[in-house]
Amino acid sequence: MITLEKKIKVLVAKVGLDGHDRGAKVVARFLRDAGFEVIYTGLHRTPEEVAMAAVQEDVDVVGISIHSGAHMTLVPKVMKYIKEFGGDLDEMVIVVGGIIPEEDIEKLKSLGVDEVFIPGTPMEKIIDFIRKKVPEKKKMGRSR
Amino acid sequence: MEDLEKIKKKREEWEKNCLKPYLENFGERQERFETLSGIEIKRVYDPTDIAHIDYLRDIGYPGEFPFTRGVYPTMYRGRLWTMRQFSGFGTAEDTNKRWKMLLKEGQTGLSTAFDFPTLMGIDSDDPLADGEVGKVGVAVDTLKDFEILFDGIPLDKVSTSFTINPPAAVILAMYVAIGDMQGVPRNQLRGTIQNDMLKEFHAQNTLVLPPEPSVKIIVDIFEWGIENVPKFNLISISGYHIREAGSTAVQELAFTIADGMAYVEAAIERGIDIDRLAPQLSFFFNAHNNFFEEIAKFRAARRMWAKIMRDEYGAKNPRSWWLKFHTQTAGCTLTAQQPLNNIVRTTIQAMAAVLGGTQSLHTNSFDEAWALPSEEAVRVALRTQQIIAYESGIPDTIDPLAGSYYVEWLTDKMEKLAWRYIEQIRKMGEGSMLRGVLKGIENGFFVKEISRAAAEYQRDVEEGRRIIVGVNKFTIEEDLKIPILRVDEDVQRKQIERLRKVKAERDNDAVKEALEWLRSAAENNENVMPPILEAVKAYATIGEIMGVLKEVYGTYKKPIII
Repeated sequence: MITLEKKIKVLVAKVGLDGHDRGAKVVARFLRDAGFEVIYTGLHRTPEEVAMAAVQEDVDVVGISIHSGAHMTLVPKVMKYIKEFGGDLDEMVIVVGGIIPEEDIEKLKSLGVDEVFIPGTPMEKIIDFIRKKVPEKKKMGRSR
Repeated sequence: MEDLEKIKKKREEWEKNCLKPYLENFGERQERFETLSGIEIKRVYDPTDIAHIDYLRDIGYPGEFPFTRGVYPTMYRGRLWTMRQFSGFGTAEDTNKRWKMLLKEGQTGLSTAFDFPTLMGIDSDDPLADGEVGKVGVAVDTLKDFEILFDGIPLDKVSTSFTINPPAAVILAMYVAIGDMQGVPRNQLRGTIQNDMLKEFHAQNTLVLPPEPSVKIIVDIFEWGIENVPKFNLISISGYHIREAGSTAVQELAFTIADGMAYVEAAIERGIDIDRLAPQLSFFFNAHNNFFEEIAKFRAARRMWAKIMRDEYGAKNPRSWWLKFHTQTAGCTLTAQQPLNNIVRTTIQAMAAVLGGTQSLHTNSFDEAWALPSEEAVRVALRTQQIIAYESGIPDTIDPLAGSYYVEWLTDKMEKLAWRYIEQIRKMGEGSMLRGVLKGIENGFFVKEISRAAAEYQRDVEEGRRIIVGVNKFTIEEDLKIPILRVDEDVQRKQIERLRKVKAERDNDAVKEALEWLRSAAENNENVMPPILEAVKAYATIGEIMGVLKEVYGTYKKPIII
């Protein structure tokens, strides 16, 4: 049987000056192996660049990897620019991974981040989350 | 030989009569046992496994070639390793305070963590620095920050290590300037500047200038440093970050030694006397989880470097054959889950470093999968070293694992596997290690090797072949709210304010003149250290100095390889 279902498109992004790319690259590889279409931004992207790539590529998911402690500045900036460039945050899934203290996880979620993955999160959990969340958000976004 | 025959015979008998029936009844936990580098581990080792190793030739005595057992004849019986916790956050005032606490608690050397803008050579008021100022380390823009950082710390008594790479020359100049202010003769300054750009291209990714000018500036630092700061380690050739990026132990060993060879060749090309430079080279390794493999790695590294310096590069002074190294326990092994378990991991890793003969050691804090360490967590990490040093008895005899059939076999095995990589790199450079390493950066060899190993490691974790306690086995529901260090959100504002004040008060003509001298030195292929020192003393900012180098040499964007 041929399925006409579109592949889920994920942007894996390194934002800011932080060069720790092991996590981002391993996640990108596993998401690709799970059947997603994955775009990796490479290192040292500005929030504008990440947002522009997300909107231009019309991705379903933006995964932001940060190990620099600058997440409370950079993540909201990425989201602000996505909106500015015409992206729809009601439909686009935003996830963050890295060294994120517990209390910041709550803050990020209240700003509209869909999930935060800490070190040691099983890949399966990330993959399952994306599979479930993308159609759910699309439906909700459209039913507004 | 007769003995070996007897042992071989006895071993066959044992396998047949003792082992085989037992295995038939009970079996073993795994089909195959292997180290983190994938080296298959045998059930048991005996003298036949190390029959090819010659004690005097391959192991010898500490303080003598090939230094397998250590670089000093008394090792820790003479002096313990330097307990050097990597530390820095917020403003220079915050870090100065933490340093004084660490010195009071018995730490014996300082090690500076810089924030990302400083590491990348940009100023705190650069738009790209927004949100990053003072976050992962201390913010430094000008000499003014260094004056505060070293307030009350006498440079003739304490040695300081600086983990910084693209702007290494700027930071070394700042340290020398502080020494000048304190009236400490330059030839008394002790410490280490990481200054290892090659591993940045392979793994750590603090990238500013392209590879060739990066190496040129490193050699400038060598050339200037042997004349001016003869007790200062001018480079810390680092495997740590290669390992953290996911390499195996063998890759860490091989790529680090290869980088070391590349630097030595670059120095020789410049006409630097190898015996003058060698004592100012140092190394930096990771201490990961597989206890014996790590010990074997350190021992193999020492033996390899001694042979390379003596036999390949013709260093004459035995002191030039030493591989001195700093070790840090593996940050990537720390888990966010059940964080107290990290104390145990760190202890085992620190023991491996000590049994491997490290010259200095940083032990990670248990809360670092969450944030920069809290004061309490740092104290436990330092105490871990002190307990190994003063309670365990481990440092009381030199290289106690020498002669272990397994450890000697594994030391030899790792050396052989590392040589295989080195020869492959040398071939890429058509006989030159310097060209080989640059080629491997250009064609993505190092990045691909490391990424592949990282993905394999992760696959083993995902599929449960590799157990991580508290992560994929023995998990619990837990409240993860642990007390963590928060960097004052006001740091960025304070830092920018100070920067503006310095800029307003300094002699701008002197800054301009020094920067023009730097530009002309860079353009004319002269040594950049003297103009950088001049610029630093005139309170030029790190961003202004690096800005000139970027204009002359261009910048580097890493190719995207997953």
